[in-house]
Amino acid sequence: MTELIERPAPEIGKARRRREDARLVTGRTRWTDNIQLPGMLHVAFLRSPMAHARILRVDVSAARELPGVVAAFTGADLGPEQGSLPCAWPVSEDVVIPAHPPVAVEEVRYVGEAVACVVATDRYRAADALEAIEVDYEPLDPVLDMEAALAPGSPGVRAGQSNKAFTWVFSQGEVDAAFAGAPVLIERTYVQQRLIPSAMEPRAVVCDRLGEDYTLHSATQIPHILRVMLALTTGIPEHRLRVIAPDVGGGFGSKLQVTAEEVVCLLLAKRLNRPVKWTESRSEGNLTVHHGRDQLQRISLAAESDGRIRGLKVDLLADMGAYLMLVTPGVPLLGAFMFPGIYKMAAYDFRCTGVFTTKMPTDAYRGAGRPEATFAIERVMDELAHELGIDPLEVRRRNWIEREEFPYTSVAGLVYDSGDYGAATDRATELLGYAALRAEQAERRARRDPVQLGIGISTYTEMCGLAPSRVLGSLAYGAGGWEHASVRMLPTGKVEVVTGSSPHGQGHETAWSQIVADTLGVPFEDVTVLHGDTAISPRGLDTYGSRSLTVGGIALLQACGRVREKAKSVAAHLLEADPGDVDFENGLFRVRGTDAVRSIQEIALAVFTAHNLPDGFEPRLDADATFDPENFSFPHGTHLCAVEVDTETGMSRIRSYVAVDDVGNVVNPLIVEGQVHGGIAQGIGQALFEEARYDEEGNLLTSTLADYLIPSAADLPDFVTERTQTPATSNPLGVKGVGEAGTIASTPAVVNAIVDALRPYGVHDVRMPCTPERVWRALEESR
Amino acid sequence: MAQRKMTVTVTVDGVRYEEEVEPRLLLVHLLRDRLGKTGTPIGCDTGNCGACTVMLDGRSAKSCSVLAVQADGSEILTVEGLASGDEWHPLQRAFHEEHALQCGYCTPGMIMASLDLLQVNPDPDDTEIREGLEGNLCRCTGYANIVRAVRRAAAESREVSGA
Ligand code: FES
Ligand code: FES
Repeated sequence: MTELIERPAPEIGKARRRREDARLVTGRTRWTDNIQLPGMLHVAFLRSPMAHARILRVDVSAARELPGVVAAFTGADLGPEQGSLPCAWPVSEDVVIPAHPPVAVEEVRYVGEAVACVVATDRYRAADALEAIEVDYEPLDPVLDMEAALAPGSPGVRAGQSNKAFTWVFSQGEVDAAFAGAPVLIERTYVQQRLIPSAMEPRAVVCDRLGEDYTLHSATQIPHILRVMLALTTGIPEHRLRVIAPDVGGGFGSKLQVTAEEVVCLLLAKRLNRPVKWTESRSEGNLTVHHGRDQLQRISLAAESDGRIRGLKVDLLADMGAYLMLVTPGVPLLGAFMFPGIYKMAAYDFRCTGVFTTKMPTDAYRGAGRPEATFAIERVMDELAHELGIDPLEVRRRNWIEREEFPYTSVAGLVYDSGDYGAATDRATELLGYAALRAEQAERRARRDPVQLGIGISTYTEMCGLAPSRVLGSLAYGAGGWEHASVRMLPTGKVEVVTGSSPHGQGHETAWSQIVADTLGVPFEDVTVLHGDTAISPRGLDTYGSRSLTVGGIALLQACGRVREKAKSVAAHLLEADPGDVDFENGLFRVRGTDAVRSIQEIALAVFTAHNLPDGFEPRLDADATFDPENFSFPHGTHLCAVEVDTETGMSRIRSYVAVDDVGNVVNPLIVEGQVHGGIAQGIGQALFEEARYDEEGNLLTSTLADYLIPSAADLPDFVTERTQTPATSNPLGVKGVGEAGTIASTPAVVNAIVDALRPYGVHDVRMPCTPERVWRALEESR
Repeated sequence: MAQRKMTVTVTVDGVRYEEEVEPRLLLVHLLRDRLGKTGTPIGCDTGNCGACTVMLDGRSAKSCSVLAVQADGSEILTVEGLASGDEWHPLQRAFHEEHALQCGYCTPGMIMASLDLLQVNPDPDDTEIREGLEGNLCRCTGYANIVRAVRRAAAESREVSGA
């Protein structure tokens, strides 16, 4: 007798509370630093206090003598075995990828670069031993400013070599013609300050060796990529290496990296044949977790006198820091395609020069290239509106791609599959009360209120869901962009899912269960999701670039579809029907026109017993799928905010913030809203608070959370969020990425608001972060 | 360097421990590395992030800023001791219901700081919640749902105590 399982469908679209929470709210989470193994040793790194110096001598002998110290190594001790940290994105023919030993051997090139390591019986003893290491440095000139670094005669980050890392150019349409004789020309320079990603969980690594087999736990976003890269870097064979990302406390790109510490912990476990652990302190992390942004953007826009854009030119300097890490040079390229934003134009010219400096390398940080691009175009659109004296919403409307025009090939060559910029903007203006705020603004301006009101606009799109493998190949990226999933039904009808995505806060266990529940017609509770361990999930390309759902989720959907088809053939066999006459709905196979029925759980058991299966059917109810997307996904939306700026103190206060995003169809609206909130907060952080600052000697001045200010609850407003829903046409779920959208959108919205508030004073830019001091200075300079 | 050991006696989540420690050992390391109470994480080394917040003799404290020896004789409540069996504390339930966590790294500290906040002010408005949690940083959520969760837990707790 077929037992009917109650399953209120559908799960997709439901605001399911997250199943991950049960361990997180009770303190039963498995962070890497929680791991204690018998005989485990602790690693500490001695780091360079100089931005640039030749290493004359490193003496670890005294450290080795201290109680509890098991070993100490210099870079030279580790020798060629430590290899060179990889850069997987050689963007151009001319790119220079310098050798990057995990522990410096001859020269240090940023403050914080490791020069030696010690291994001791506990973390306090390891830290003590660092003090006994002697290092003699011969100081060299630091290289800190990108423009100066490119000037002839500049000191080199590497003696005798240019500080240019690469140039990358891209041009579409008749750029000169678009600019020649254009009625309106706007030229601006924007500074994308250097940021520190600041995931709340510091990095940690635990590595164990058993014979020739190694298990490396790391607080990483990319266990799969890390495994390949560690094998290539250290020569430890890939099949002898298992990488586990346990619970990971946020990443935002910062844990999309192959780090010196991971390589060294692996080598130490190898040499000492003991388990080792390293956990960074926050101040170590601010110095040595890759930084984000740091671009100098020169942007020129040519327009007609009615505001229609003729062409756009972008000339970027991108600070690479001292070395090229995993995707360092690729970050500005991801932006290259997004400067045109949602606007139509006939000509576009982009050039980027990567520059070496004696600072921590930069790399992916939430949005990676797209926030920078979106900031520049959205700021310039406001400048254009101001120049022409038209409303900044109107100038956007005159230029954006209309709903009927999709699919639309942008001037940068991307095919935007779907969108409705008008609908999102209309809803956002309504929610903000745009007209009333403009009236209040006019009134405050008229009475010269010391507290002025600004309205900030950001109508963004972005490319995410990285990525079609052939596109990545054409951009010289070293890997593909597919994702893998496998699904197996257990004898009792429960479902195990293995995903190659590697969550670190995104809630995959919940969202993936929703997809499986609907596709296989099983209860949400009957699904478990396994991830983040290369022994359990051998194939995958991990989580970054808002790719998990749009790539990994589709692989999962396809694997579920295959399981369903297999189950259907068994059901047809058991029901003695033609598979073509069997329908599947809500977990039940029915022979059309009869009441003969079998549940998918019954089929799972029947496959397990294998007593009566169709001829040639292998007794297993499972399937794999690997999905390579045909296109990126293009979420879009309109973010508006109202900011009050005190012209006497320079203080800005966000009064209201509205976001209407279009991320296509939604699997879990709760998770989507959370991603939008967090994204907005990080973008506001860049606009108002955050900046990694180096002094003129190359010392990082913002090495703690007391100096590097990430927003607290008291610094942020509540957010009004809504969605419009234009399904993506490039995947069967109709979903678009959401992980980075908020961060991409919010920074220009806030800065546009501040500049808008200050327009009557002649201000047309405030450099980020727009601290009270910067605002006040901008006012002083234009008075 | 290696220091003379001292004995500390602490009660953590209802269990009494007696440990020999170096005077410099931080309370958070005692909890995590010695007692296996890894529910309380560490997010910084300057007392700024609040990830390590516990209740120390009834008030919230950043356990990275307290030496184990200073906690001698104290009663400590961590996030691991909040639930009774499988019955979650109203704050745990509210954080779950309002999706007030993503990676969850800040969550133990955020919940413990909220516990203290509600103890002092059982009916805080949004501004009071935001200011009350200023010492606890979250990089994932943007705080909006944390504020909602604290409000929800407060309402629930008032209902219970009013009943
Ligand atoms: S760990 Fe950051 S305040 Fe204690
Ligand atoms: S949920 Fe990740 S830091 Fe708060």
